Amino acid sequence: MDIIESVFIRNNLIVAFAAVGIVMWVSYFLANKLTAGRIHGSAIAIAIGLLAAYWGGIATGGTRGVSDFALLGGIGLMGGGMMRDFAIVATAFGVHLSELKKAGIAGVISIFAGVIVSFIVGAVIAVLFGYTDPAAITTIGAGAVTYIVGPVTGEAIGASDAVITLSVAAGLVKSILVMIGTPMIARHIGLDNPQTAMVFGGMMGTTSGVAAGLAATDPALVPYGAMTATFYTGVGCLLGPSVLFFVVSAMF
Amino acid sequence: MIVYGVALLSACLILGMAMGQILGVLLGVEANVGGVGLAMLLLVFASNSELFKSLTQETAASGIKFWSAMYIPIVVAMAARQNVAAAVDGGLLALSAGVAAVLISFALVPMIAKIGRAAPPDTAQFEE
Repeated sequence: MDIIESVFIRNNLIVAFAAVGIVMWVSYFLANKLTAGRIHGSAIAIAIGLLAAYWGGIATGGTRGVSDFALLGGIGLMGGGMMRDFAIVATAFGVHLSELKKAGIAGVISIFAGVIVSFIVGAVIAVLFGYTDPAAITTIGAGAVTYIVGPVTGEAIGASDAVITLSVAAGLVKSILVMIGTPMIARHIGLDNPQTAMVFGGMMGTTSGVAAGLAATDPALVPYGAMTATFYTGVGCLLGPSVLFFVVSAMF
Repeated sequence: MIVYGVALLSACLILGMAMGQILGVLLGVEANVGGVGLAMLLLVFASNSELFKSLTQETAASGIKFWSAMYIPIVVAMAARQNVAAAVDGGLLALSAGVAAVLISFALVPMIAKIGRAAPPDTAQFEE
């Protein structure tokens, strides 16, 4: 047992490649046999990943999903920010500049519209739940932007730890829902071309959510959505503790 | 050489991230502003330019394509390391805020996408 454990832990990234490979194989098998290709194999793989992450969080009490199990620690590296960003950038290879230019203005508008709309929705819900402190309302609104904007804003304007934790949870719900919901909703919102994908990335903003949601919808759209989504968190961190906080403070 | 493509990809990411970090400092934000997006633009420019031809063709290209193809497995690993338990523990407030933000944003996508299409679609087609 010790031998297996030490081999797995010492080669954890390689274990992760093998484990993810098996999950992908099972997912594509299920997608083809059970759903006759109607549900994308990668959508099933992502859903399995999220379920495993939930199980990992419950079983270990950690914050990094299944990678908190020592034997699967490599999943943390493989699915971490560094590898994710590297692979996202690689998807831009073969993208045509003309496609990017076509959605230029709509793409920029979508980033600001996305941040502001999500913020308002989150803030309104915080008020409906009885919050009256501007710092708390702003922080929860910022959490609905992304789970990074929430704590960055909360810490900057002095929100309580409990509120900051809530804002992270709201952002996580958003991110997970985008991963699962995108393939289901894609047809209804016309998400089948590079321009709409850029607007989609700007509206939703959560890089993880958009990255996984588009992968499960149509991998060809990934670079376009990811390109705008990666500006979203920065814009959110810019507006949250400044303009948006001032507006909320003036109202409450 | 495959590694030339990988090296070009790496250089784009590092440069883009550095630019995003500088942009964050200039804007007074504690975050990287669009580093990945800028890196993607750099790679698009490099792959469309004559100057970098030797780094983006034949075997060098397969070094970039490999990582592009690894994207979905990496995203699956990313899903598996999310803090799903915390999202579930967030209770009704976190759930409603997250769900409402997503639904309303989904609904607004077609409206904003129209802004782009309102701009002369004919000329765009002529360019191709």
